[in-house]
Amino acid sequence: MRLELSAEDQAFRKEMREFFTTQVPEEIRTAVLDGRELSKEQVVESQRALNAGGLAVPGWPVEWGGRDWSQLQRHLWHEEMQAAGVPLPLPFNTSMIGPVIAHFGSQEVKERFLPPTANLDIWWSQGFSEPDAGSDLAGLRTTAVRDGDDWVVNGQKTWTTLGQHGDWIFTLVRTDPEAKKQLGISMLLIDMTSPGVEVRPIQLIDGGHEVNEVWFTDVRVPGENLVGEVNQGWTMAKFLLGNERVGVAPVGSVKRMLVRAKQVGGDRLADPLLRARIADLENELLALELTTLRVVAHSAGGAPHPASSVLKLRGTELQQAASELLLDLAGPQSLASGADPDAGGTDAPGWARRAAPTYLNLRKASIYGGSNEIQRQIIARTILGL
Amino acid sequence: MDFTYDDEQIALRDAVRGLLARKYSDFEQRRRQVAEDPGFDESLWGELAEMGVLGLPFSEDDGGMGAGPVEVAIVATELGRVIAPEPFLSSVVLAGGLVALAGTPEQRTEVLGSLASGERVLALAHLEPGDPVTATPSGDSWTLSGVKEPVVHGARADQVVVSATRPDGSLGLFLVEGDAATRAGYSSYDGGRAARISFEDTTAVALGDPETDGAPLLEQALAGARIAACHEMLGGMEVALSATTDYLKSRKQFGVTLNTFQALNFRAADMYVSLELARSTALWASMVHATGDAAATREAAARAGLHVGKAARHIGQDAIQLHGGIAMTAEYLVGNITARLTVLERFLGDGDHLSVLAAGIDDHAALDPIPEPTA
Ligand SMILES: Cc1cc2nc3c(=O)[nH]c(=O)nc-3n(C[C@H](O)[C@H](O)[C@H](O)COP(=O)(O)OP(=O)(O)OC[C@H]3O[C@@H](n4cnc5c(N)ncnc54)[C@H](O)[C@@H]3O)c2cc1C
Repeated sequence: MRLELSAEDQAFRKEMREFFTTQVPEEIRTAVLDGRELSKEQVVESQRALNAGGLAVPGWPVEWGGRDWSQLQRHLWHEEMQAAGVPLPLPFNTSMIGPVIAHFGSQEVKERFLPPTANLDIWWSQGFSEPDAGSDLAGLRTTAVRDGDDWVVNGQKTWTTLGQHGDWIFTLVRTDPEAKKQLGISMLLIDMTSPGVEVRPIQLIDGGHEVNEVWFTDVRVPGENLVGEVNQGWTMAKFLLGNERVGVAPVGSVKRMLVRAKQVGGDRLADPLLRARIADLENELLALELTTLRVVAHSAGGAPHPASSVLKLRGTELQQAASELLLDLAGPQSLASGADPDAGGTDAPGWARRAAPTYLNLRKASIYGGSNEIQRQIIARTILGL
Repeated sequence: MDFTYDDEQIALRDAVRGLLARKYSDFEQRRRQVAEDPGFDESLWGELAEMGVLGLPFSEDDGGMGAGPVEVAIVATELGRVIAPEPFLSSVVLAGGLVALAGTPEQRTEVLGSLASGERVLALAHLEPGDPVTATPSGDSWTLSGVKEPVVHGARADQVVVSATRPDGSLGLFLVEGDAATRAGYSSYDGGRAARISFEDTTAVALGDPETDGAPLLEQALAGARIAACHEMLGGMEVALSATTDYLKSRKQFGVTLNTFQALNFRAADMYVSLELARSTALWASMVHATGDAAATREAAARAGLHVGKAARHIGQDAIQLHGGIAMTAEYLVGNITARLTVLERFLGDGDHLSVLAAGIDDHAALDPIPEPTA
C-alpha cells in the first residue's frame, strides 16, 4: 500500500495543471467555476484547445489520438481539468461514440469520423431512449428497413441531450422485428440535417432547454453508416454504456460546490448544524474520492471495475445533496432565478440565483446513464449474486 | 497510489485468518469463550504471540516485529471477521501503542517485550466517570487517586497504563501493576470485558519522562487505535454483509427465496456501497498513519471514525433487519457482530468525530486525499 503518487504521476499531475490553467481561455474557465451555462461555441473552443494539446480523447486508441495512460493518469487528467474549470470534453463524442467507432467501426468509418469527433467538428447526440424504452432500452421501436443500399428510418427518440446542437446522432434502431428483443437491434449513425429528421425541444423543470425529442420520418441513411454488423447493436450499446470508468463519480464538481458553500456561507457558518452538514458531506466525498482512486489504481484494462456502480450511485447522491445545501444557503434569494442583474433587476448574487435551477436540474443525475435503481440492481446481481 | 496489500502482507493475513479459523470458525466456540473469564482464549493469545502478532507494531529494539499500521490493520480486520474477543486492540494497539510512544527505552523493552511475548496483558485506563484521577509525586514514584471506567480488559490486565492529572494541572502517564488497584470487572454487551478501577494512593511509576505533557501522546495513541478499530469494524461488516446475502438466497418465504424481492436486494446493495466506501476510508487512514505525521493521523482517524462508524450502524442495523427474528437471538452471528460494531465505535470515547471535523471546515478549501510531495 502506498499513499503518495509516484514521481512520474506527480509530474504528470503538474503538467496537466499547467496545461489546463494556461491553454484553455480564462473566460470559459471562470464561467464554469461560477456555475454559469456555456454557449455551444465555448464548449467547442475549449475542446479544440484540448485536442490541439492532445488532451481531448486520452482514452481512445493511440493511433486515433489516445494516450497510453494508466487509469490513474486518466483520473488525474479528469480531476485537474475540473479543478481548473475546464469544461469536460463532450461525453457523447469522447466517451461514448468515439470509442465505439474506434472499436467496432470499419477503417473507412474510423477515418471519416474519428478526427472530427475528437475535435468537436461534429457535435454528436445520443439517440437511444424512446418513450417506451427507458431503463428497459431493449424495448425500443424505431425501425430501420433496408431499401437498396440505404436504410429507411422511422420512429421517435426522446431525451436527446443538447440535440439542438447536434450535427450527427448515433442511434439504436430495430432492424429485425422478428428477433428476440436484444437481438434485432443495430447501431446507425445519422446526419441530423437529413430530410425527415426533426428536433423538437422539451423544456425541463429548471426552465432550461437541455433535451429534445428527435423524430424520424422516412429518413434515408446510407448503408455504410451502420456501425459493426447488422443486429449487433446491443453489443455496442453495452460497450458504450459500460466503457466509462473515469469520471463516473462527479467528485470534482461536488468538491467545487462544497468550496462554494463555504465561501458563500458567511455568518451562517457559525451555526454548528450547518458546519456539521458541510463536514459530513466533505467526509462522504472524501470516501467517494478514495474509492475512485482505489478503482482507477487497480482496474486493469478490459471490463469495468464492478465497483463503478458504487461510484455512479453515491456520486449522484452527493451531487444532489450538495446542490440542496447550496439551495438552502440561498434561501429566499433563490427566487430571483429569472431576474436580470445586468438590467439592475436583482441584488441576489449569481450563485443564489442559480441555486434552485441547479438543484432541480440535478435531479436528472440519478435517472439517466442507468438510474440509481438500475445501479442497485447491478450491484445486487453481479456483485452480490442475489 | 496503491490500495492493495503486498505479498508479505497477504501472507500475514492468511496466517492470522488460518489461526483464527481454527478457533472461531464455529460461532458457538466464541460464545463459549466469552461466557467464562477472562473472556478470551489465553492459549490462542499465546499462539498469536508466537506468530509475532502481539509485537507487530513495535520496533525490533523493543522486542517487536517492526511492522506498521498497515499490518496492524490487517490483523484487526481478521479479528473483526470472527469477532474474536482477544484484546489485541485494547492491549497491543492502544496500551502498547502508548507505551511505545511515551516510555523510556528501558520501559519499552521491558513492557513491550513481555507484551509481545504474551506474558503480560496491558490495558489503558483513561476514561473517567467522574473527577479526574490525580497523580501526586512521592519520592521516586507517584501515587494515584480516583476512578477510571470503563477500562477494557482492565480486570485481567497485568499492568495498567493510566492517564492522570499532575499537581500543575498537566496530564501525566503512569504504569500501575494490575493488582495494586481495586478492580471490579464485568461483561459488556458484546461479550467483552471491562472494569472499574479505583486508585487510593496507589503506587505508580511515570511512563517516560515525568515532565512531558502526556496529552498529545495519548491523543496519538488513540488515533492509532481508532484507525485499527475501523479495520476491525470492516472485518465485521464484511461478514455481516456476506451472511446477509447468503441468507437472502436461502431463506424461503411466500414459497420463494427472499432474493426474489427487489426491495431486499436493494438494501443489500446499499450495504455494499457503505462497505466499499468505508473500506476506502479505512485503508487510506492506515496509509496516512504509516507516514508518521501525527496531526494528519489524528485527522484521518476522525474522518475514518466518522465514516466507518456510520457504515457500521447502517450495515449492522440492516443485517439484522434483513435476517428478521433469527438475528435477534444470542446464538446467531449477525446480531453479535452488530453488538461488537457498536462497542468498537464507542469504546475509545468517540462519538464526536463530526463535531471535530465541523470545527475544522475553515482550515481548508477542498480536501485533497493525495498528499503533496514532501520536497
Ligand atoms: C436530463 C436527461 C437527459 C437525458 N439524455 C439522454 C440522451 O442524450 N440520450 C438518450 O438516449 N437518453 C437520454 N436520457 C434518457 C435516460 O437515459 C432515461 O431517462 C433513463 O434511462 C430512464 O428511463 P425512463 O426515464 O424512461 O424511466 P423508467 O425506465 O420508466 O423508470 C422510471 C422509474 O422506475 C425505476 N425503474 C425502472 N426499471 C426498474 C427496475 N428494473 N427495478 C427498479 N426500478 C426500476 C427507475 O429507476 C425510475 O426511478 C436522458 C434523461 C434525462 C432525464
